[in-house]
Amino acid sequence: MSTGLPSCETDAGGSGGTHHFRLFVAGESPRSSRAISNLTLLCQRAIPDAHKIEVIDVLERPDLAEAAFVLATPMVMRMQPLPQRRAVGDFNDLARLAAAIDLHAPDTRDETAS
Amino acid sequence: MTATDQKPVIVKVPTGHPGLDQILRGGMPIGRTTLVTGTAGSGKTIFAMQYLVGGIRDHDESAVFVTCEETPDSIRENAESLGFAISGHEADGTWTFVDATYDPGIEEEVVGAFDFSALIARIRHAVTTTGATRVAIDSLGALMTRYDDAHIVRREMLRVSNALRAMKVTSILTNERAQEQGEIARFGVEEYVCDNVLVLRNTLAEEARRRTLEVLKMRGVDHLTGEFPVTILPGQGLVVLTLEGTALDAESSTIRIHSGLDALDEMCAGGMFRDSISLVSGATGTGKTLLVTEFVDGGASRGERSLIFSFEESRAQLFRNAAGWGRDFVALEEAGTLRIEAIYPEMRSLEDHLVAIMNAVDEYQPTRIAIDSLSALERISTERSFREFLIGLTSFIKHRQIASLMTATARTLLGGESLTEAHISTLTDMIILLRYVEMGGEIRRGFAVLKLRGSTHDKRIHEFTVDGSGMQIGGPFRGVTGILSGAPRSVAEASPDLEIVSQMFDADGGLR
Repeated sequence: MSTGLPSCETDAGGSGGTHHFRLFVAGESPRSSRAISNLTLLCQRAIPDAHKIEVIDVLERPDLAEAAFVLATPMVMRMQPLPQRRAVGDFNDLARLAAAIDLHAPDTRDETAS
Repeated sequence: MTATDQKPVIVKVPTGHPGLDQILRGGMPIGRTTLVTGTAGSGKTIFAMQYLVGGIRDHDESAVFVTCEETPDSIRENAESLGFAISGHEADGTWTFVDATYDPGIEEEVVGAFDFSALIARIRHAVTTTGATRVAIDSLGALMTRYDDAHIVRREMLRVSNALRAMKVTSILTNERAQEQGEIARFGVEEYVCDNVLVLRNTLAEEARRRTLEVLKMRGVDHLTGEFPVTILPGQGLVVLTLEGTALDAESSTIRIHSGLDALDEMCAGGMFRDSISLVSGATGTGKTLLVTEFVDGGASRGERSLIFSFEESRAQLFRNAAGWGRDFVALEEAGTLRIEAIYPEMRSLEDHLVAIMNAVDEYQPTRIAIDSLSALERISTERSFREFLIGLTSFIKHRQIASLMTATARTLLGGESLTEAHISTLTDMIILLRYVEMGGEIRRGFAVLKLRGSTHDKRIHEFTVDGSGMQIGGPFRGVTGILSGAPRSVAEASPDLEIVSQMFDADGGLR
């Protein structure tokens, strides 16, 4: 893969992380970067040592987008723990993102990348 | 600006709807996006399926169906009942689903700005891996209404439409509208986002459903305008009814055929023309079905395949009637020269009847067709549908060079014309009138050839009787006037000279 995205996979806290997120983005757009950094920021705040973020570029892996029935990007899927949760957008509001993917982190306002 | 003489040549793609191809004079422009809009139940999904299946079946074009509303399973099932074997096409790789349906089991919240790049990537993936050239998205509305932001929705519609053009596929995007008339767009931009706009309508007129298709906008393509009747049939899908052979280009035959009655052949100066459309008009009981029997028997007993569409009497009744007139329809049917289709007019819409008649003709290839009666069909339809039916039917029959006899029931017993007649008379080549004639306290029956295109004919009103061997046409009524108006009176009494005068113009006693 040659996405050149900032990080294709971040695995904080080793492979035994409690939270596994799959983030679908489309190419290297500013919107993709914002979504990646906002999600990463939230995870570092909320569950610093127990998360894994897998970034998938739908332009390179449309088959994975197909398999997961993804329509809109950026889109994050919480794979672990179940049940699966989804959020769409560039996640410019960390509190709302936290609620959407069921992560509770304090003091996340006004620090989003936008 | 530099003027160029070169006109861009528009390559057209057949739409899978032969009727629409006629309206578009060949098909839709290649590589463009077409919006198909209509209310719920107007046939948008069927239209889209058929467009793709038509490409697979007839042009070896692979297809991608993006479904946003019904699940692929439900689409497969519906398609099956319409006669489209989607599962089979999926198996051989010519049909690919992109499932964009909404799963209420998965919560998906919107946090910030997004776009439909993933969907576009999935469509592109399906298109490139299968080499598809046709794409349908059903429906845009179902996709867009999931997201609240009107600005994003409009922008994404344009993105999807542009992406389809960039993929060089010819695509159909369906969309719902709230009303049959008025605003096309639900989101305010659909008609500008797509190159072309087709409108499917499903209106309620005089308690009858009337489906139509209209080409509202087709960039760079000269097309027929107005609404065209449409019907949806099992095994065929959506059928757009247009005038086959574009109306008046049908060839005219000079070959005469036996009408079934020697006396009628004589009145027509040698029989009816092979491709003629004949109308028999008369009050109830004057002998219209008998004339149909004679006409059909005249062909079938000579080995010509004849087809009867009966909308008033059952098969059993037709057999019994025929037997009463000394004709053996059972034997003719067994011999394969006769086919009888008896159905109540109310069983189907007029459009469906027309398609059924066309299908029967294509299947059975008759040289004669009788329709008994048009008035029964008129009963179930609006005036406009009936007129379209008649034009469709007569142009189809003419195009196939089939001799036809249709009956119409006059509203009054004595004289009078039928409503049916008013619509059809200009479309016919021959009109026969059957009339009750009250003379000297008894009811007699008169037979007249009112019109015969392309030939001279006997213009006198003949008396006829019915016996165990059918219709017996006798000599003309002499010295009587007013039969057609229903009030015959003897002219001999009024003016003894009149008969002499009329005979002066009737020197050969017959044909002129």
